[in-house]
Amino acid sequence: MAMSRRQRARTFRGVQYGVLVLAVVLIAVFADWGTIRNAFFNLDAAATQFPEILSTALVNTIIYTGLGFALGLALGLVLALMKLSSVGPYRWLATIYIEFFRGVPALLVFIALGYGVPLAFQLRFDIYSTAAISLGLVGSAYIAETLRAGIQAVPPGQVEAARSLGMSQSRAMITIVIPQAFRIILPPLTNELILLTKDSSLIYLLGLARTEYELAKFGREGLNATGSLTPILLAGLCYLIITLPLGYLSRYLERRTGRKQDEGLKVTA
Amino acid sequence: MSDVIIEVSGLHKAFGNLEVLKGIDMSVKRGEVVCIIGPSGSGKSTLLRCVNLLEEPNAGTVLVNDFEMTDPDVDIDKARRGIGMVFQGFNLFGHLSVLDNLTIAQRKVLKRDAEEAKSVAKENLRRVGLEEKINSMPSQLSGGQQQRVAIARALSMQPAVMLFDEPTSALDPELVGDVLGVMRTLANEGMTMLVVTHEMQFAREVADKVLFMDGGVVVEEGPPAQVIGDPQHERTQTFLRRVLNPVHAHD
Repeated sequence: MAMSRRQRARTFRGVQYGVLVLAVVLIAVFADWGTIRNAFFNLDAAATQFPEILSTALVNTIIYTGLGFALGLALGLVLALMKLSSVGPYRWLATIYIEFFRGVPALLVFIALGYGVPLAFQLRFDIYSTAAISLGLVGSAYIAETLRAGIQAVPPGQVEAARSLGMSQSRAMITIVIPQAFRIILPPLTNELILLTKDSSLIYLLGLARTEYELAKFGREGLNATGSLTPILLAGLCYLIITLPLGYLSRYLERRTGRKQDEGLKVTA
Repeated sequence: MSDVIIEVSGLHKAFGNLEVLKGIDMSVKRGEVVCIIGPSGSGKSTLLRCVNLLEEPNAGTVLVNDFEMTDPDVDIDKARRGIGMVFQGFNLFGHLSVLDNLTIAQRKVLKRDAEEAKSVAKENLRRVGLEEKINSMPSQLSGGQQQRVAIARALSMQPAVMLFDEPTSALDPELVGDVLGVMRTLANEGMTMLVVTHEMQFAREVADKVLFMDGGVVVEEGPPAQVIGDPQHERTQTFLRRVLNPVHAHD
């Protein structure tokens, strides 16, 4: 039977909707709604999570991530500048560092810092330092590459103008290039922050006191206490409270810088 | 204080195997306006950029304002303070307002306080006719306005000499006049200027001396009436015929 293009498109779409409706009906009929509701939407279990899930777990997740990001940013900037250095060994060291920490799982870094360093060097950091250093080491590798790209994206004419006004190379870098590089990389940098927020969950491995719980650990403890998935779902929702606005911010910044660059091009063209 | 402010001698510059400058000798006296004309690829922009050492020459010496720019031990940042530079692409600092564009180097390099830097900036914005744009961002300005701000930025360092690298080449034709007008006023006020330009009318009317460059050498130099009005060399004649009368340039 020969079908016209329109008939074929209509049939194809009809089949897709048919499959979807069938799937929904099957799930509705055969799923055990009582158990599912009990697992995910158990109000009693949910009630036990508050207010600590917000006042302790969410706050701690934000603190761990914030510390890690701050350290990652500082270290990342140093690495980016090393990578752009005219001194070979600086470039090599930065490259080795970046490749290493981008290539190994964050989990391994946490184990090394949380268990390895205390055992090997008899050094014990408190949990906030361990979190900041681990997340900072991992984050800096990604941030360094982003920053390097941002610095290189600043037009060379900016440095020439700064130098011709009598600024030294480093002065031009600090006052002219780096601020503009940050504007360029704000969207990808926001994404790094989102990734770091999720990586902060790995701290749960390190054996936390109750006041040190972050969202993942808190959810897990809730699961143990209630036997319900509800605490895990709540913890997940709390991550979204952090990551969704950041995601929107990132996309907003991307649109804004994109528009700005268009304007800039129009004027210079 | 010597009479000559820029002294270039035996200047050679190559990019890889491409020899761009093949032995340039030239000088600019205090208060003089010197225009460099010539076809694209003749090395005129490279020469200008060698004057403030944005390009490092392979051989030869450049003396500006009693600084030997080509001496490896010269304090290049200090030497450049006295040399204003205006670029074809304006190169305003995109993250800073017009005012900050004009004050940042005054404050960071000359260590002027905020008050003084601002008053110098305002004065120079007035000179280029853009006081009302003091709080604008560069992206909000037209090309011609950006270039005038760039001129004001260079002037705010109170340089002894100004370098212009094809300052109107990136502009829409109707905006060229404003920028040339500012440059003409500067020249009338006695500013020493070295200008790479394709604006023959400007060179003819404002310059004290015109250099015609082609193939990395200065082919001809002299007063504009001579170099533009009555060129002696065939290469100069051909170039000027093409520039002044592009529609009928059959040769």
